[in-house]
Amino acid sequence: MNEIEQKIKDYILNEFLPGEDPALLTDSVQLVRGGILDSIATLKLAGFLEEEFHIKLEAHEMSADHLNTIPQIVALVESKQKA
Amino acid sequence: MTDFAGLHLRLKDSVERFPDRVAVEEAEGGSVTYRELAALSDQFCNWLTAHGIGAGDRVGLYLPKSIDGVAAILGSLQCGAAYVPVDPLAPASRGAYILSDCAVRVVVVERAFAAALEAELKQLGASPELLVLDAPGGGAALRAALEEVGASREATTCVPVKPTDLAYLLYTSGSTGRPKGVMLTHGNALCFVDWCGDVFSPTELDRFSSHAPFHFDLSILDLFVPLCHGASVVLFGESLGKEPVRLAERIHARGITVWYSAPSILTMLVGQGQLDQYDWSALRMVLFAGEVFPVKHLRALKSLWPAPRYFNLYGPTETNVCTWYEVPYTIPAERTEPYPIGKVCGHYHGRIVDPEGREVSPDSEGELCISGPGVMQGYWNLDEQNRRVFLDVPDGACWYRTGDVVQPDADGNLRFLGRRDRMIKKRGYRVELGEIEAALYRQPDVKEAAVIAESTEEDVRVRAFLSTKSGQRISIIALKQFCIQQLPPYMIPDTFTFLDALPKTSTDKIDYQRLKELV
Repeated sequence: MNEIEQKIKDYILNEFLPGEDPALLTDSVQLVRGGILDSIATLKLAGFLEEEFHIKLEAHEMSADHLNTIPQIVALVESKQKA
Repeated sequence: MTDFAGLHLRLKDSVERFPDRVAVEEAEGGSVTYRELAALSDQFCNWLTAHGIGAGDRVGLYLPKSIDGVAAILGSLQCGAAYVPVDPLAPASRGAYILSDCAVRVVVVERAFAAALEAELKQLGASPELLVLDAPGGGAALRAALEEVGASREATTCVPVKPTDLAYLLYTSGSTGRPKGVMLTHGNALCFVDWCGDVFSPTELDRFSSHAPFHFDLSILDLFVPLCHGASVVLFGESLGKEPVRLAERIHARGITVWYSAPSILTMLVGQGQLDQYDWSALRMVLFAGEVFPVKHLRALKSLWPAPRYFNLYGPTETNVCTWYEVPYTIPAERTEPYPIGKVCGHYHGRIVDPEGREVSPDSEGELCISGPGVMQGYWNLDEQNRRVFLDVPDGACWYRTGDVVQPDADGNLRFLGRRDRMIKKRGYRVELGEIEAALYRQPDVKEAAVIAESTEEDVRVRAFLSTKSGQRISIIALKQFCIQQLPPYMIPDTFTFLDALPKTSTDKIDYQRLKELV
């Protein structure tokens, strides 16, 4: 697991899944469509990503299409960092 | 009662006066004039009438916010039926329960939701006719569906209605685990629309925001106040509510003059909407309702939107807005206490009572009760609850017990102190904690479930406490996945705590006080 992925997982576990077994937050878990991130939580996550990784997300990227799974979020952060 | 003009007849008046003005716009899409809106709602009304739908019937709407949805609302009213808007983003099982509970005969549904809804309705033994729309937006989907079924385009003659005829049923969270239908009539809605007309003086030049979904009572002001005055309504869809930067840009681009929403949306706009990018001189009024607006966020909003007048509107779905307060132009720097909910609206009477229903002495705190022409007829098919929610007093008036505890301040403005039951507000939505508990009990391994709410200035957090039959913890991810099949997203608990057994009082009831101490 790379550093970006670890930070994202830690943030989601602490903020939105306190008490959950970290091993259960797998790549296939649907965060938005699975009821883990509601609209406000999604915005909070986007704010965290911008601050932690010094990136800027577009409005349309703060949605289930881009933030629904851990691999999607990692890919989004990495693509922004490369840009 | 031949002089009574129902909601739809008021709209016809606007159609005659302003046929070519824009009636409804979608913030990111098309628009229709009053003439076009009337043509579409007439065609829908004709289709309903041809199916035998009329006075005393109900029409379900399972649609996102759209011009198609507004036309369906108006067409339902025109044929004398009541509309029942259902949240398409909530689980289909919840929507199907609502639509079967009030026995709708027709449902207008977006194709993306139709199969799931139909399957759930079938399980409940309900089989209303479905009018399926492909991708609602701009009115084109409703028009295409009506053309396909051969609905007549003839102009309709509006069915006359009485003030006591049902106009819409709004389902709110129910403490017994199922949503309950609030029955509201043409008379209820119109006295509110008229009060808004008196206080906010809308004109045909206004452009009202419509941010609340159709199933939320804020939508009554959004839709009917502008449409009864020849103004324009701009529909802000669900997805925009999650994108503050784009939402702010759309509010500006659409030249909104009157904004109305729950405070949480405004707080989001202040924090993340980059409001300082735009000229807001078109905006003349900001109305907010549904929850307490923390003063620090209201102050920040006023610094970014300095010109408009600000109104705090208060009222449950059962009465719609029943008290109001205009926020002073300047908020003192030292003020931290939220502004009051204000004075009772002109079309209502208020009284404050103790738990036994006796009026308290002036200046004392107690439960706010409301009587007047806007008070609901009752809950759909819930006789026992209907007996409990109205005050038993001999004055002949129908006093609705709001469940909200208030106290007048020195100026006679009511301050909201809290609830006397287990209902909370989350992002403007009513949430009965009992409904969440009932959903958790449906999880097969849950033995005991109790839910409490913890309020901070920033948010309300819903905390669930569980014990299980197996004695094992359930994965929190799995629990949230289970909840989203049962509840709207805003009702899913934020945290879950597992205990061997939930704490009990001496009478063996769940001890909520001790649960609060565990947080």
